[in-house]
Amino acid sequence: MTVAKEAPGTVEALVAAKEIVVVCGPGGVGKTTVAAALAAMAACHQGGRILVVTVDPARRLAQALGLPLSHRGAERVPQSAFAGAGAAPRGELWAEMLDTKQSWDKLVARHAPGPATVQRILDNPLYQNISSHFVQSHDYIAVERLYELHSEGSYDLIVVDTPPTRNTVDFLLAPERMAEFFSSRLLRLLTVPYRSRFVDIASRPFYYVADRILGSQFLEDIAEFFILFQTLSEGFVARASEVARLLADRRTAFIVVSTLEAVPVREAGAFIGFLPEKHLHLGALVLNRVLPPYLLESGLAERADQLCALAGELAHDLCSAGGPLSGYEPALVGRVLGEVCTNFNNIGVVARREAAQRSELPSTPVVVASVPEFAEDVHDLSGVLEVGRHIWS
Amino acid sequence: MPDLFDRKLLFVTGKGGVGKTTVSAGLALLAASKGKRTLVCELDAKGDLASSFETTPTRFEEREVLPNLWAMSMDAEASLRQYLLLQLRLPRMAGIGPLARTFDFVASAAPGVREIVSVGKLCWEVREHHYDLVVVDAVSSGHIIGQLAAPQAINHLVQVGLVRQQTGWMLDILSDPVISGVLIVATPEEMPVTETLELVGRLATETTVGLAGVVVNRVLPELFGAREEQVFEAVCDPHVMEYLRGAVGGQPEPLLDAARLMVKMRRSRAAHLERLREALASGQAGKVPALIYLPYLFLRSYGLRSTRQIAGALSAELEN
Repeated sequence: MTVAKEAPGTVEALVAAKEIVVVCGPGGVGKTTVAAALAAMAACHQGGRILVVTVDPARRLAQALGLPLSHRGAERVPQSAFAGAGAAPRGELWAEMLDTKQSWDKLVARHAPGPATVQRILDNPLYQNISSHFVQSHDYIAVERLYELHSEGSYDLIVVDTPPTRNTVDFLLAPERMAEFFSSRLLRLLTVPYRSRFVDIASRPFYYVADRILGSQFLEDIAEFFILFQTLSEGFVARASEVARLLADRRTAFIVVSTLEAVPVREAGAFIGFLPEKHLHLGALVLNRVLPPYLLESGLAERADQLCALAGELAHDLCSAGGPLSGYEPALVGRVLGEVCTNFNNIGVVARREAAQRSELPSTPVVVASVPEFAEDVHDLSGVLEVGRHIWS
Repeated sequence: MPDLFDRKLLFVTGKGGVGKTTVSAGLALLAASKGKRTLVCELDAKGDLASSFETTPTRFEEREVLPNLWAMSMDAEASLRQYLLLQLRLPRMAGIGPLARTFDFVASAAPGVREIVSVGKLCWEVREHHYDLVVVDAVSSGHIIGQLAAPQAINHLVQVGLVRQQTGWMLDILSDPVISGVLIVATPEEMPVTETLELVGRLATETTVGLAGVVVNRVLPELFGAREEQVFEAVCDPHVMEYLRGAVGGQPEPLLDAARLMVKMRRSRAAHLERLREALASGQAGKVPALIYLPYLFLRSYGLRSTRQIAGALSAELEN
């Protein structure tokens, strides 16, 4: 494939000018594939060292990239995988799978005042629970890892596939929430030594309720944990605000992915509206698994109706001696033609619904790319690149 | 295997985008139409449930949206408040201010608390026999374990206190396969099937809640049998095309392309469906769960009408 000149208003031009691309959107729309496709295209056509960071990718996608399913940091996609897909990349494609637990441990090790404190935090059952189960910890750790990777400076472009969150915006609010948590009155209340708690009249109901709900022993366990955790707070808060600044930087672009189903469209629309509120830059919208546009061609429905009405007659003629289908059973041919029409009418309803859905997006960015519905799964690098070519221009 | 609707509490989960809300709404509507007093609860409060019934936004307070059918959205803080004030008769000094603060703290500090308060409300409705059936449009497969395992997690972390005292009766309800069950929604695609199988395993090892069944949503129709497919290939011959072009007054190719697209989509999905069926039948997780197939509905739009169609399809499937 030849490299076209980067036309403005294409995903290709957008990606060329960025250091970070955050791929986000509702669950189940194909974010991981789109992120891999963007990174693979950038490696092929723009060169440099490109990294795609992903959370729990489809196994076959990992295979497609020729990667083992490990959490051992970034792995380079072998040249042979590209050669197999008929591509000769100008740059290098690397991929990393995020390990939440390990990233948390590293974060603690970096910010805690000494190895003894690090160990006490890592051994604490509350910490173990939080780092592996706490839903928001995935969100925070993903952006935190992004920041780390970016500041290390070993990649020209980092494409992030965001973790599945309950709400797409959780991912973006994570640094803010982490900082808020550390500076909250709540944390101060919690870490007050137990005996001096009843001195402050205003806080008494708080302890009363907390004690009744959780029991004082658990409260003390929590307090101990947070006293330990507070030793991290300075580093965490500073870091969280740097992470937030990086996300809002001009070098970072958000690419929202959605299908044209009603629920994802609504969620993607809300997300698109939310980005400018947070001073984040919407780079492009990628519509995935879009039915082919020929289904909307004018006059086609009439042709289908005509075929349907004439199916029996046509089948008879086609199967008659000397006809192109002579020897075939007319009833069978008629049934096939009938099915073709029924299918077209069915799928046409969906295509029109999708087209209408598209116009329901409250505001659309300048750059919109459509990836058609592929009948088959994307399971190798040539499939990934095929998706990429549709996004690219 | 008890009948799906003989249970009292059904958690509907699945990978994002597979149609959890639609299936939950359809199930609830079907149960209500069979005369069961039904509550359907949206756990993540995105508002999709309200649009399934074309009603004003659902709130924490249950509201009858259709005959026999009540709907609500979960709000963990409201749930805790209701619980403390009504059931535990906490004194008035434990007013809303400190309560909200306490809750914030509890929810941030102790994983499982937000979850247990939500699940607690649903179990409470079951325990008090307020409804014949509670259908929960639950969180996605990535988050459901945390929700359902919350009572054990709390038991483990909290040794005394009110929260601890509440886990016993909740576990009784959740662990009883006659009362409670999880329904996993999947589409016959790679990741939804993979996540479904993972979840089946994790449900068995990490929670006490049983699997009530797997709903395979958006099953594409089979256009052609083997003989018809041969005929279809023959029809795609240029000579036949030429003939058809004259008869229908234009290019017939897009019509055949659309049929080919559908055949291919169905074929690649059939492989995933087969993988799901085989893995479930091999009984990795003990009993073989019920498989419920829902056809792909070619709908103009989503709303009450499509919810009724889903309910109809479910009814046809559950009754044969």
